[in-house]
Amino acid sequence: MIVAIASGKGGTGKTTVAVNMALSLKDVQLLDCDVEEPNVHLLLHLNINEEKTVYVSTPQVNEELCDHCGKCGEFCQYNAIFVSPEKVLVFRELCSSCGGCVIVCPRKAISEEQHRIGALKCGSADDLEVVYGELNVGEPMAVPVISEVKKQIKSDKIVILDSPPGTSCPAIASVKRSDFCVLVTEPTPFGLHDLKIMVQVLKDMEIPFGVVVNRAGIGDKRVYEYCEEKNIPILLEIPHRRKIAEFYSKGVPFSLEMPEWKPKFQKLFREVRKLAGK
Amino acid sequence: MKQLTVLSGKGGTGKTTITASFAVLAKNTVVADCDVDAPDLHMLLHPKVVKTQEFKGAKLAVIDEEKCTKCGECREKCRFDAITEDIKIDSISCEGCGVCVVVCAVSAISLIERISGHAYISKTKHGFMAHAMLSPGEANSGKLVTLVRQNARILAEKEHSGLIVIDGSPGIGCPVIASVTGVDAGLVVTEPTMSGIHDLERALQLLKHFGVPPLVCVNMYDINRDNADRIMSFCRENSIEVVGKIPFNPVVTEAMVNGKSIVEFAPESDVAIEIENMWKKILSALEHGSD
Repeated sequence: MIVAIASGKGGTGKTTVAVNMALSLKDVQLLDCDVEEPNVHLLLHLNINEEKTVYVSTPQVNEELCDHCGKCGEFCQYNAIFVSPEKVLVFRELCSSCGGCVIVCPRKAISEEQHRIGALKCGSADDLEVVYGELNVGEPMAVPVISEVKKQIKSDKIVILDSPPGTSCPAIASVKRSDFCVLVTEPTPFGLHDLKIMVQVLKDMEIPFGVVVNRAGIGDKRVYEYCEEKNIPILLEIPHRRKIAEFYSKGVPFSLEMPEWKPKFQKLFREVRKLAGK
Repeated sequence: MKQLTVLSGKGGTGKTTITASFAVLAKNTVVADCDVDAPDLHMLLHPKVVKTQEFKGAKLAVIDEEKCTKCGECREKCRFDAITEDIKIDSISCEGCGVCVVVCAVSAISLIERISGHAYISKTKHGFMAHAMLSPGEANSGKLVTLVRQNARILAEKEHSGLIVIDGSPGIGCPVIASVTGVDAGLVVTEPTMSGIHDLERALQLLKHFGVPPLVCVNMYDINRDNADRIMSFCRENSIEVVGKIPFNPVVTEAMVNGKSIVEFAPESDVAIEIENMWKKILSALEHGSD
């Protein structure tokens, strides 16, 4: 069973929920798909036992074979190839690695070279298996690294997946094919606004979801009113407590120091499983 | 004309709260909300839209069911996993690359334009604003960010503004890169948590990579003073100016609930005073930076 933890707005507590839920259950694999700013490993003492480089394919033009017909440039939807009468220029940062230029070249002058864009790290913290990805600074495309992280999914385990913030491609790539999505929000106008966008995304993707309200007690009641009106289940509330914020600031999952929270995260998971029909 | 981007790496550190305050404090400035997939700045600045533009991002593949023989070649060649087992386009996964179009033996597939969002030019009480809304789940946020920045530049030229303030999105990927390239300074807003420090370092590396002079603001510094000190000494060692140290104060959330920037809602609060001081330091840093 795959449970994604997501939110439109950043900093609402996705990682906190993902890590504390993972630590409260058995037989869990925790995946950090926020490859731009991975944080899961900061909250756990990981033993890394495997590291891999993540590559993307980008075109390489053999000028000896190329007759500058321009078909590759016409084909490319991303303007990543520019064909001048003398030379072909490849703008790697615009390339989406679709491989189309290789297919359309009539002279087979284009091949693909591997370019490293990030790293994949696999490890464990006691019984908890952890996988995370790290996009190299300066690289624009997070999705290939996220896909690499998701290739490590072990479907016989409970898979908890920490997603990046936002509602565009990296967030979509992370929650895709999950059995359930837990949306973490805070009860503020920003929290509500970004929650609504994410609800729309999940409806389009036909992924069942529920809400965890973090920092409950701040802000206003509009998140609750919205969830009630739209029949969205509120699965858990984590109150706004200085103690919880301080544990997070030190990199300590708060359920380890406040053991009364373990059963609450276990209950959250039972609820998720029930709603996902698993 | 100068440009300042507010970024953070980690989400939820206070970028938008700070940008909104700058928009109020600044004289004759254009603001640009470049967090196009989860924009929040409009909730504090209440822009009135003057002009709306359609944004056409990625195209979308469509299959002519009558011609399709379900041979599966397109599914095999698609690298975005956007064609289902029963040979239908998964529009959320489709990147509009066109590979399926060229490999289809019976020419059953074509690319169509799709509207991936809207860009807006608006007026607020404090000046002009360029912003946008990416349709939920769409790709190409970097391209839309570029359009917003282009709009902001046009506005700034027309209005003879000396400064554009850009609110960025979290992370360090394509929309953030599109938000920081070519600006005069990047203000990284961080918080004194382990994640905040980790993400600050990556955001600073990003600025360095693109040759953008960095400035740092530690928000909610009193949540963990040890970590705040670590950030201060890290910045000192790397000769990065810390222009603001903002205390935690629940009045910030109250201001948000009331749809106002903190400098309007509680101008006498410690947070508002510190943001004002920070703004002065940023202006002077921009002034002294090279053109």
